[in-house]
Amino acid sequence: MPKHVVATTEELPPGTRKLVTIRGREIGIFNIAGDYYALINRCPHEGAALCKGKLVGRMESDKPGEYRLTRPGEMLRCPWHGWEFDIRTGQSWCDPEHTYVRSYQVTVEPGAAVVKGPYMAETIPVRVEGNYVVVDL
Amino acid sequence: MKLPIQGAIDCDVHIALPNTAVLLPHMDEYWREHITQRGLDQDNLDSAAYPANAPITGRPDWRGTKPGTDLKLLQSCLDTFDTRYAICNVLHGSPLMFSEDLSAAFCRAINNWVAKEWLDRDPRLRASITVPIHSPELAAAEIERCAADPRFVQVLLLAAAELPLGRRINWPIYAAAERNNLPLGVHAGSSYRHAPTNTGWPSYFLEDYVGLASGCASALNSLICEGVFVQHPNLKVVLLESGVTWLPNFIWRANKTWRAARMEVPWQTRPPGDYIRDHVRLTTQPFDAPPSADMTQRLIEEIGSDDVLLFATDYPHWHFDGEDALPDGISPQLARRIAIDNPLNTYPRLTP
Amino acid sequence: MNVITPQTQPDVSAQSLTGYVDCDVHPYFKNPAELDAFLPTRWREHRKEYGARSRSALAYMPQYPRLSPQNGMRMDAFPPDGSLPGSDLPFMREQLIDLFGMAHGILLPLLGRGGDERNLEYGAAMCTAVNDWMLAYWCDPEPRLKASIQINVEHAESAIAEIEKRAGDRRFAQVQINQRGLEPLGRHRYRKILQAAAANGFPIAMHLGGTSGHASTAGGWPSYYHEEHHAYVQSMEGIVTSLVVEGVFEQIPNLKVALVEGGFAWIPALTWRLDKHYRRLRTEVPHLKRLPSEYIRDHIWVTTQPVEEPERAGDMLSTLEWIGWDRVMFSTDYPHWDQDDPRYAFKVQIPEQQKRMLFRENALAFYNLA
Repeated sequence: MPKHVVATTEELPPGTRKLVTIRGREIGIFNIAGDYYALINRCPHEGAALCKGKLVGRMESDKPGEYRLTRPGEMLRCPWHGWEFDIRTGQSWCDPEHTYVRSYQVTVEPGAAVVKGPYMAETIPVRVEGNYVVVDL
Repeated sequence: MKLPIQGAIDCDVHIALPNTAVLLPHMDEYWREHITQRGLDQDNLDSAAYPANAPITGRPDWRGTKPGTDLKLLQSCLDTFDTRYAICNVLHGSPLMFSEDLSAAFCRAINNWVAKEWLDRDPRLRASITVPIHSPELAAAEIERCAADPRFVQVLLLAAAELPLGRRINWPIYAAAERNNLPLGVHAGSSYRHAPTNTGWPSYFLEDYVGLASGCASALNSLICEGVFVQHPNLKVVLLESGVTWLPNFIWRANKTWRAARMEVPWQTRPPGDYIRDHVRLTTQPFDAPPSADMTQRLIEEIGSDDVLLFATDYPHWHFDGEDALPDGISPQLARRIAIDNPLNTYPRLTP
Repeated sequence: MNVITPQTQPDVSAQSLTGYVDCDVHPYFKNPAELDAFLPTRWREHRKEYGARSRSALAYMPQYPRLSPQNGMRMDAFPPDGSLPGSDLPFMREQLIDLFGMAHGILLPLLGRGGDERNLEYGAAMCTAVNDWMLAYWCDPEPRLKASIQINVEHAESAIAEIEKRAGDRRFAQVQINQRGLEPLGRHRYRKILQAAAANGFPIAMHLGGTSGHASTAGGWPSYYHEEHHAYVQSMEGIVTSLVVEGVFEQIPNLKVALVEGGFAWIPALTWRLDKHYRRLRTEVPHLKRLPSEYIRDHIWVTTQPVEEPERAGDMLSTLEWIGWDRVMFSTDYPHWDQDDPRYAFKVQIPEQQKRMLFRENALAFYNLA
């Protein structure tokens, strides 16, 4: 699989992102606490530029009136309808039961945009080689 | 469509006070004095919800002198359907009163009257507990009191009160209901603290009545959004006389909105449709059925669970003629679930 | 057994949308002072000194705060100069009009608050100003955009005057009314306004919102915007019920009504419910000569946004069938957060002919556009 250098590690410190286009596909590369993740820049809901959304934490609660913030800066909120995605897995937070146990082998098929399911954002494998952030695509 | 089975459980019949004075023997001496001094025992305290002589208020063969007051006419309905149990709901003006203690006194009297004048007279009858719906603490106390009688199987509220039902201020009611294994019966209707629709006061009773479905929908939304089912995971809610066919589009819209608005209600960890299928039931009268059996079938599939519907005649309200109590398009197996299994699963106190 | 079916391939490319009609576009100003040029001095000064006053608790904000900045905007719709989404015509062309090859876009401004204004003369002046602003900033430089006549529906005299003023001006497509007024729209106090609209060849658009002063539900004020968003559907249901049962369509047989931004899947069930209970209670309403469903079929149209998301994709088709393929008109609601992208709004393949009707032909007919 051809590999593409998308950034240097220096230009992508933790908490930042970069949008790149590879073979006509827009991809968002994120550095979450030192680890790199990549998502196709397309929300599975209605096709919005997901990777331009806000980096947010996860607002959780076990009981009405109690609130807890977890995973600060690790969730992506779609700029349109506000769906929340876990950047590490592409999993939509709003319906975890339907996506939770799915072990997701991500591939990207050439040609038209493909959405694997309603609540998953498409993830791309990312690795670091030396000082470079590399995507296999 | 006639009910293809016998031994149904009728989850919504209405009994009514012939007059206010019948409550006097069922009050303590303080309130008897208070009420008679003020002449309230001579007043008609019926709610404005059903004009007495409007066609819908009483089917001609069920009407009698005042719909809901005649035990024999109720029994004739039960005999027709070979009903095993019928759950009686009193719709009266007293739960709607502004004075909390007066309202509670009336509610206590109504429940006492129901037990003595109805439940004692026909072993098939069961009832909902009438409570002062605007006073959560007093309502909870009345629930605890009446729960001692196993023939009370539900707590009765109206869909539209002064605050949306799900609000935390109401939670003592739900805690008491859950504690006593009593589902919450949310009956279509308003206490008129607000206009009956959110666009203001309509001119016609027809509009008020049609608008009751929207009132039930917003009550349901409140219960879900405020996390009542998270706080009370064993609580079941029955929408009574709410109409049925609005439910699927409500689920679609609620699920859609939740995915965007989840942060407002983070305790809601599942889509609203899931809570509805687990916790919410609807009686089948009125069904508001589509024009064809195929469409009805599709609608029921869209509800997405065979557990949701509960059989009801809504006696003595006039929604159908003869025994044509269910719309076409329901299979005999589903009819059996609607008439027997689902009510038994919803009302555990029916079979202690 | 909650089955979510996967999305199919998007079946509408940007090219295939060329010539579509967008029945709900929201223009904004870069600065409220843009309106000043269209306000008489008296009201310009009033605006600065007293400002908008509606039946609401908050001075500047809707009572239910939205989920995204600037009162619920799509987050990537801010123009390059940082002004409000929807305030920049070139950017709107880039993100919407030219991108999708729009044939016509119907503007429904939600600014100035003239329609909600408690000071009725100020409200009337603001409505006129917004109407003039729309022409100057939007319709004249971009003829694909059509305006909706703003009126304060609680002030019949000025509302009728404004409708008559714009009669014959083809840049105006319809009269815009908030779904929430002091009384349901079918009530007698509004009848002459509806008659004026129909007499002057304008359909009515009911757009969600407005501050009636009534609680958002029959059972009081809910806590969350989550609930308020759904309450807009209940308002639409109330409006349809009122228009039908009050006999508005019997009295004004050429009146056409579009329900904008209320979704649409609730219509069939309301229709069935109205028919059923009308049959029982017809003695109350002898002025009605037909079934409610017949009035609805002949006089009510719905726009598609926020598009419904049935759990089984196929139920979208049956729902649209039950409403009537000729009654549904596509809308984006650009630039709000819950807007729909015309390429991906529908998760199911719509047959070609119905697609053309929904995206274009129904609106061309409704708005009498060439």
